Amino acid sequence: MSNGVFYERDRGIHPPAYFPDYKTTVLRSPRRALLSLQQSLSELTGPVFGNGDLDPLDNDLLLNYRVDNDPIGERIVVHGRVLDENGRPVPGALLEFWQANAGGRYRHVKDHYVAALDPNFGGCGRALTDANGWYHFRTIRPGPYPWRNRINDWRPAHIHFSVFGRSFVSRLITQMYFEGDPLLPLCPIYQAIPDAGARARLVAPLDLEAAIPLDSLAYRFDIVLRGRKQTYFENRPEGF
Amino acid sequence: MTTKVLQESASQTAGPYLHIGMMPAAAGLERRRNQPGNVLARAGALGERIRIEGVVYDGEGCVVRDAMIEIWQANAEGKYDHPDDPQQKAVDPNFNGFGRAVSDFGTGLWWFDTIKPGVVPGRHKRPMAPHVNVLVFARGVNVGLQTRLYFSDEAAANAADPVINLIELAPRRETLVAQRSERDGQVVYRFDIHLQGDRETVFFDI
Ligand SMILES: [Fe+3]
Repeated sequence: MSNGVFYERDRGIHPPAYFPDYKTTVLRSPRRALLSLQQSLSELTGPVFGNGDLDPLDNDLLLNYRVDNDPIGERIVVHGRVLDENGRPVPGALLEFWQANAGGRYRHVKDHYVAALDPNFGGCGRALTDANGWYHFRTIRPGPYPWRNRINDWRPAHIHFSVFGRSFVSRLITQMYFEGDPLLPLCPIYQAIPDAGARARLVAPLDLEAAIPLDSLAYRFDIVLRGRKQTYFENRPEGF
Repeated sequence: MTTKVLQESASQTAGPYLHIGMMPAAAGLERRRNQPGNVLARAGALGERIRIEGVVYDGEGCVVRDAMIEIWQANAEGKYDHPDDPQQKAVDPNFNGFGRAVSDFGTGLWWFDTIKPGVVPGRHKRPMAPHVNVLVFARGVNVGLQTRLYFSDEAAANAADPVINLIELAPRRETLVAQRSERDGQVVYRFDIHLQGDRETVFFDI
């Protein structure tokens, strides 16, 4: 484990704050330049989570809000690794994920989409990566849903991911998409990512090797968090 | 030897339903065990008890009602509860320093019950004024916004703070300073966040 500072964030692979096709960004995007800050102890630390923070069913969305039946939809396994930019596993990363049900409806007091709620599906879970950076959970494949943006905008099927690495600067919230979804080229949230490679890395391929025969298909989603530079003396904030 | 061989995954908005995954009780789902929340100071935590509260505003001054705020702060002694904090100071077993709050669906107000942090050394061992690290997520925010909260009753420390002094325009510095008051015997710091406009908060690229 290195105490070096993190690589600068490459803003060119992230969506810009202001992206008018995604209308909500128009009034919610800072217009002034971000202030560049050299990393101090405040940025290099962050909350640390452990297995004691999770419940046994947190990574099983088929069971964690089940009442009297399995949730409706295609049963899937989502798995992958959390790595840093050096290609090294990030153990102990906390992942939180949330999604719509098979009909594209969120279990949320503010979601009034006409599609039915599923009484056996909550749509949220958590997982912690193991020593090699691996995580997995089971769920149902979420449905696409319409949203109020342009008159006929539909979100591709997606699962929201929130990730904590080892520091507050490596904090990341993103979305996982599904291979082959015809809505991807039409989605302004996804298309706001300016780099084709960066977009492709948010699309989880079908992973038949990891499928459970006669039970569940599987999708592979790897996540990369910011990595630390080698600990040359000059990279190490003094006070360390 | 370490080299950058991969690129960070691209950020995407947390969307309007961020509560489901990160604050399920607010979404209407039953509360999980050990869910991070907005009360950081457990019984016995050392330091001055304070409330931090505010509202997030958009570029037209409208209240943002679907934001999530995360904070990360040192304890009263200025020690982070993290293995990479090398300071010879004690961790407070009753204070972890991480908190999460969401805007009220009606008023937009978010709040934390916490303690006032101590002084943490910055780069070149220059002390930083007491501060709280803040992250803002919301629908329409494509990449989480990072800022800091400083305290209005620390004017001398703030004037010497190496981060505040990076901000050239004095009125912009004020966007990072929470205003102290007392309400019903409780210390309250008000910290409104302006995503855009004349009073736009200073956000960092770290
Ligand atoms: Fe969504």
